[in-house]
Parts: sequence; C-alpha cells; structure tokens
Amino acid sequence: MKIAVCVKQVVTREWPLRVDDARTWVQDRDASFEMNEPDAYALEEALRLKEQHGGEVVVCSAGPPRVAQVIREALARGADRAIRVESNALATADSGMVAEALAAAIRDEAFDLVLTGLQSDDQGFAQTGVVLAELLGISHATIIMEVQVVEGGLRVKRELEGGWFQWVSMPSPALLTIQSGINQLRYATLRGIMAAKKKEVRVVEPPADLAPHHEILELYVPEKAKQTRLIEGSPVEAATELVRVLREEARVI
Amino acid sequence: MILVIAEQRDGVLHRASWEPILAAQQTGQPVQVAVAGVSLASVAGELAAAEVEAVLTIEHPALESYTPDGFVAVFADVVTGTQPDLVFLPHTYQTREFAPKLAVRLGRSLITDCIAVKQRDNRLAFVRPMFQGKFVADVAPTGPAPHFASFQIGAFRPDAVTRGATAADIRAVDITLEAAVIRQTMEPPFKEAKQAVDLTQAERIVAVGRGIKAQEHIALVETLAAALGAEVAASRPICDSGWLPMDRQVGSSGQTVSPKLYLALGISGAIQHLVGMKGSATIVAINKDAEAPIFEVADFGIVGDLFEVVPALVAALNAEGGGSSGAGHP
Repeated sequence: MKIAVCVKQVVTREWPLRVDDARTWVQDRDASFEMNEPDAYALEEALRLKEQHGGEVVVCSAGPPRVAQVIREALARGADRAIRVESNALATADSGMVAEALAAAIRDEAFDLVLTGLQSDDQGFAQTGVVLAELLGISHATIIMEVQVVEGGLRVKRELEGGWFQWVSMPSPALLTIQSGINQLRYATLRGIMAAKKKEVRVVEPPADLAPHHEILELYVPEKAKQTRLIEGSPVEAATELVRVLREEARVI
Repeated sequence: MILVIAEQRDGVLHRASWEPILAAQQTGQPVQVAVAGVSLASVAGELAAAEVEAVLTIEHPALESYTPDGFVAVFADVVTGTQPDLVFLPHTYQTREFAPKLAVRLGRSLITDCIAVKQRDNRLAFVRPMFQGKFVADVAPTGPAPHFASFQIGAFRPDAVTRGATAADIRAVDITLEAAVIRQTMEPPFKEAKQAVDLTQAERIVAVGRGIKAQEHIALVETLAAALGAEVAASRPICDSGWLPMDRQVGSSGQTVSPKLYLALGISGAIQHLVGMKGSATIVAINKDAEAPIFEVADFGIVGDLFEVVPALVAALNAEGGGSSGAGHP
C-alpha cells in the first residue's frame, strides 16, 4: 500500500504566544516548532499499516524552509521518503491554500491512502484533509479511531460526538483524517535518525496561482466570559483560602 | 438570503441546528433552512416554528443514512439552485466531514468553528478561536458569494431563536441523486460497551490535563478527588496517553458535564474541553500559565504549580474535615 501522510509544523505548546505587530498572526520568528499532534498520530498509523501490509510511507509537508525539521523527524520515525512544498507564503496560509499546494505536489503519485491529522493546533480549521480529498477526487472519512484494510478498500472507525462511533467502509484510494489517541506514538531511534539522512526529500514549489480564501483581519485575546477571582499567596495560603471560599461562599463542598 | 443546513438523524433534529439559525436571524437577512434525509415531516415541522422564509426538505432513499458523498452531492445542487449569499451550519462532527468538500466543490471556502458574526470596515467578519483558544480572530471571506461558515456548538443559545407568528412554508426540493456517487457505506452508530463512569451525575469533578506531566502523578489527583468527594475526569490528551480510561474524558468527544464544582488541574482549556464543562456551576482552575484559556471560564483561579498547590489543598481539606469550619468565627 502506498501511503502519503500530510503533516504540519506548528509552534510548540510550551512557547508563550504573543500577537505580532500587524495583529494578524503570532510572533513566531524565534519560536520552537513541532509536528502538529494529530498529524503525529496519522504518521504513526501509516507506519503501522505499512508494517502490517507492506508498501511505502511518504511524508508531505507544505510551508517555509523550516518545515524541513518535521520532515526529518518523520523520516527518523520510519517514513521512507518525503515531499516538501516550499513557500514562505504558506506559513500562515488558510487550509484551502495548503490543500491546493499539497494536492499539486502529490496528485501524480497516485497514493492508495492519504492520512492527515483531524485539525491543526494553530488555526484549527479542521478541513485541510477534507479539501485535499476533494481536490484529489477521492473518498474520505474524518476523525478516525481505527483503520482496517479490507478487500478493495478500507473499513474505518469514525468518532461521533459524545462517545459514539460508527464503522464506515469505502474503496481505495481514500483520505482519512486521524484523531489523536488512535495509537501510541513511537519515538525516533538513533538508528532511525541516522538512516533519515540518506532518505529522499523532494522539494517542490507550490502552484503559482495560489491565493487565500479568507483574510485574518485581526488576532486578539478573547474577552473573558467570567471575571475570575484569582487567589494569591503561597501555595498553602492560596489552598487554605480556596477551601474557605468553596465552603463558605460558593457552598459547593 | 442565508441558507442554514440543519442536521438530523433518524428523524431527530440535532439541537445544535438552532444555533446557526439564530446566527442567521441576527444578521437581519432572510433565512431558509434545508434538511436532508428520509421521513422528514416531523423535523421540518419543528424547524418551521422558527421565523424563517421556508424550510426545504431534501428526501431520497439514498439519504436514509448520512454519507459525505451523498450530502455533498445534494447540497451542492440545493446551494446552486437557491443561490444564497451565505450558508451557515452547526460545527458538528458531521459538518466537519462533508461541509469543507461541499464548499470546495462549489469553488468556495468555509470558515469553521465561528462564535460570532460582525460587521468590520463594511465587511462581514466571522469571529473564531485560534491557537487552541488562546486567541480569537476576525476572519473575512474573500471572493464571490456564497460564503460558508460553521458555528461552534454552544456559541449561541438555541432557546433564543425567534419564533414565527405562523409556521414557515415547508417545501420539498426536487433533487436527482445517482446512488453510484456514494462511495461510503455506513454502519449503525454504537457506544463502546465499557462506559462504566457516568460523569454527568457527579456533583463534584476534579479534572486533570497535560499539566500533570506523568502517569505516576495521577495518584495526586485521586487523593484530592477523594478529599473533595469528587469524581476524577480528564482532558483528551490524558486519555489518549492511556493515563486514565476514555470514559473519564470531558469534552466534545467525551462527556458533557455540569457539576456544582469543576476543579481543573493543569488543563489549558482548549475549546474541545471547554464545551464539555463550561456549564458547571462553579469552576476552579489551577494552572501555571496565567493566560491559559481555562481562566476565561473560571470563577476562581490559582496561578501556580499544581504539584505545590494540590498537596496543600488536600492538607487544608483534611484539616477542616473535623468540623472546625464554623468555629473559627470570632
């Protein structure tokens, strides 16, 4: 089975986010970056499917040159080769633009299966994968928690709301968006890191006519829904005061 | 005109459908509501109570169960036929699956997870969370109408929908649907058998997030829960890591709770978690990051290291356990 996994590079969770001077993005020039978490689960699922059924795992990412970092990491974890779409304009691009860039880069490869995470930790539009499926003209299913390879296609467990699930079958080729928690992630081994250096990375440019589908007018800190009463002091003082407040004012304990 | 795509399953309307209807009504534009499936009379009747121009029913045997291909095909025809300026949907799991494909098939884009609509510099802008809820953004669609937007569940109050003086027109839409375009076969929805814990009945909940750092620290949370007489719950990443079972998960993919006390330990408050607990009567957040979104919904907060605060809380609760709380007043 020939599998593509699309991963996004996002600012790490630990990085203290600040709005930039233009007030349309965050200050990320000196930030540290990591693989978007749901995409890491998608990569792991691709590696497991290859181990069970054979084939090839190709990791794909679209963004500025720095996304080479998540490509290297994916290759170190076991992906066989990579396709990187390089453009600074993709750093803050909307999901439609990213999907168009990825579609152009992978269309000719005719993958049997394309995996993405269900959404990104930065913009969180939750639609790059679905749009990509439409651009590639293939079937898809979203928020997947289990993948079975069956005769002629796939049977996948789709998460619904509130603890419900549903099995869905479809022919290949297909695209799945993977939910976090579908598997347990592996770490790169030293051997994997060394091997990654010899693997093929094809760098391509995005289509020239790529244009945004919407515009971020302003990014800002949300208004608070509630006035939070912050309890100050040492840990012991704060804890004692919190217990008093919950007992005597909120009367919930 | 704004076209709202409502959601139903087996003749039961998804309650979240009222929220894009309200969002549409608040813009002051005429509203039509479309719903697809089979045997839609009862759902259509319910929707027709809202003050809208019309309820459009799209019935076809191949729509008995939802499929992304079937829904994209019929709604592409309906949107083309009705020519709305805007298309609104509830941001349900089903919408996330078919709506991006629908918008792209029509050469349009979708702005997801919106919490408000506003006018800004004579442009329509949609307000939506970004960066896990740390920020929100005003996002304006570009290009020609119709523009698509989905609305976060809980962003609007379903009971605030304006009712019509008389029931709206219900119109059956003629569609053609080739069953062959549907590539997916759906099996009936099910729940995992081992849903042992019903958090919705708990009066007090202590919930833990990534801030707990390691599985061995879960015991600390259980000690605090015991001292409070509370159930232990968790945000999704904790259950994904296997540190607590999936049935302890609160949030959009887990349980929705509204206890008297919800104490969030080391939970940043991503929107997927907030939707599952923001209805709690009293919310307490303990987090080292003063800017964590959890503080947007918290009544009381301690900014600090949970590994210092939680043992102190346990000590304070156990010390007061002797019934001395009333005796301290002068």
